[in-house]
Amino acid sequence: MPLELLDPAADTSLDSEYLYTLNFGPQHPATHTTLRLVLTLDGETIVKAVPDIGYLHSGFEKLGEDLDFNQYVTVVDRMNYISPVANEIAWVHSVEKLLGIDITPRCKYIRTILAELGRISDHLLCVAAASLDLGGLTTFFYAFNEREKVYDIIESASGQRFHPSYCRVGGMMNDITPDVVQKIRDFVRDFGKAQADIARLLNKNKIFIERTKGVGVLTREEAINRSVSGPVARASGLLRDLRKDEPYLAYGELQSSFKVVASKGGDCLSRYLVRMGEMAESIKIIAAAVENIPGGAMNIDVNEKTNIPSKQETYRTIEGLIQHFELFMWNRRFETPINEVYGANETANGELGFYVVSDGTGKPFRARTRPPSFIHFALFPHLMEGHQISDVPAILGSLNIIAAELDR
Amino acid sequence: MPTAVEYCSSLLGSPVPISEFKGNIRLVIPAEKIYAVLSGLKSSVGYDMLCDLAGIDYLNYPEATDRYAVLYSLTNTSTGERVFLKTFVNDPEPELPSVVALWEGANWMEREVFDMFGITFTGHPDLRRILMPDAFVGHPLRKDYPLRGYGERHNFPTLTRAES
Repeated sequence: MPLELLDPAADTSLDSEYLYTLNFGPQHPATHTTLRLVLTLDGETIVKAVPDIGYLHSGFEKLGEDLDFNQYVTVVDRMNYISPVANEIAWVHSVEKLLGIDITPRCKYIRTILAELGRISDHLLCVAAASLDLGGLTTFFYAFNEREKVYDIIESASGQRFHPSYCRVGGMMNDITPDVVQKIRDFVRDFGKAQADIARLLNKNKIFIERTKGVGVLTREEAINRSVSGPVARASGLLRDLRKDEPYLAYGELQSSFKVVASKGGDCLSRYLVRMGEMAESIKIIAAAVENIPGGAMNIDVNEKTNIPSKQETYRTIEGLIQHFELFMWNRRFETPINEVYGANETANGELGFYVVSDGTGKPFRARTRPPSFIHFALFPHLMEGHQISDVPAILGSLNIIAAELDR
Repeated sequence: MPTAVEYCSSLLGSPVPISEFKGNIRLVIPAEKIYAVLSGLKSSVGYDMLCDLAGIDYLNYPEATDRYAVLYSLTNTSTGERVFLKTFVNDPEPELPSVVALWEGANWMEREVFDMFGITFTGHPDLRRILMPDAFVGHPLRKDYPLRGYGERHNFPTLTRAES
């Protein structure tokens, strides 16, 4: 957006003599990713904040129309790259809903564990980055120590640290090993201590509280009006969590092991506290799930003709080989109903939904993403009104905007 | 309180076309009635949250008669119910009333649909491109926009070394 379009002089309600315009980003340490804000300032007070997005727009939704359901998994990985597995799970959830696939109980539990690990990883980054921007460097190290363990678990399970591409329609790439289960147990055992360390650093920290309490207040009515979901909505008292409201995966069976964390404050401090509370609940879900992983197959049976057979099956059995060709040759691929479906998951940032329109071929006709970051960043001008410029990092940090998901 | 289907049927004066698939209820509303239906669903049926607003281009879709659809996904935050309203618009000037007056959250979503599909929302306070640069020509998520190859890029001015 050219700056002259945003010229405060053009806006007659603002007296331009006192005001000046500050470009915050796209490259600024406190924006973390490629965000740009055009701030109109009166001294240090922000009169008007105009976000300018699109710097990372890479046409994911257009690409989705050209890739088949399994290929697009690698692209959704790159949306919210802080918790990539959670995006994959949300995408295959929508596709499986479209195709009417019921995944195996073992796969449900593994996906639940991975989704919760993703949530912890995401919340840790949000808490760490928020405190880093407000001057607390140590929290950042404590949190990233734990995030490293999450990456380790995902690496042992899938072979990739950052963008695992682990999910497949109808199952996972491969089954997990006992080693992964042991690593998850170790993580669950040790996480409480790390979280307590972070809480001790921040919860009673005078500087942290003064810079977050009462800053960027979002009321419950505003949250509903502005389509907010996830921890940001729950920090404003909107009790909505798809894990409880529309149970998917193994959350229905694990209902008793976790609670919905919410707060009435609606400010940056409430958002921080809700995220800390959610991490503790996620650990409870993982602890309950990891001891109850059902046995049996990870993927649905090859004869269902919807999942990619393992290499073993492809090379050693005739059904597996045929199925492999059926799914990989362009003139075959999936047989889909001519219909459309919306599937949503509660990811770390909020409701991540995919609206898949299918025209009967193996590729989605339209793969619409409902990106929580996009909707939360639209809040920003509203939250910013009347605050000081030093509140920008506090509010940005509390919303946890991931630019790759914002721009897609 | 009436259900969304009952409410829409009574407002439109005729049974509203419903399609249900995997628990998703989709209603097709004519474009001229969409604002009245959405504001009624918000005020009298309890669908208080606009969960998503998306555009779809139905060019060459099997048995499709209209070109574009705009999908309003509504959520009732107290009961958790969802309903999907779809309205069709056509070339040459696809146009719909803006719902920013009802839900502030629609602001950026409508801008995205405008940017990607070229559907104009009348009454929108700030209808500019959001993801693509302002100088961009064309609407990338339309089905007739090429995915690869010689697309719109040739329309951009080229800087020579002497000018830079």
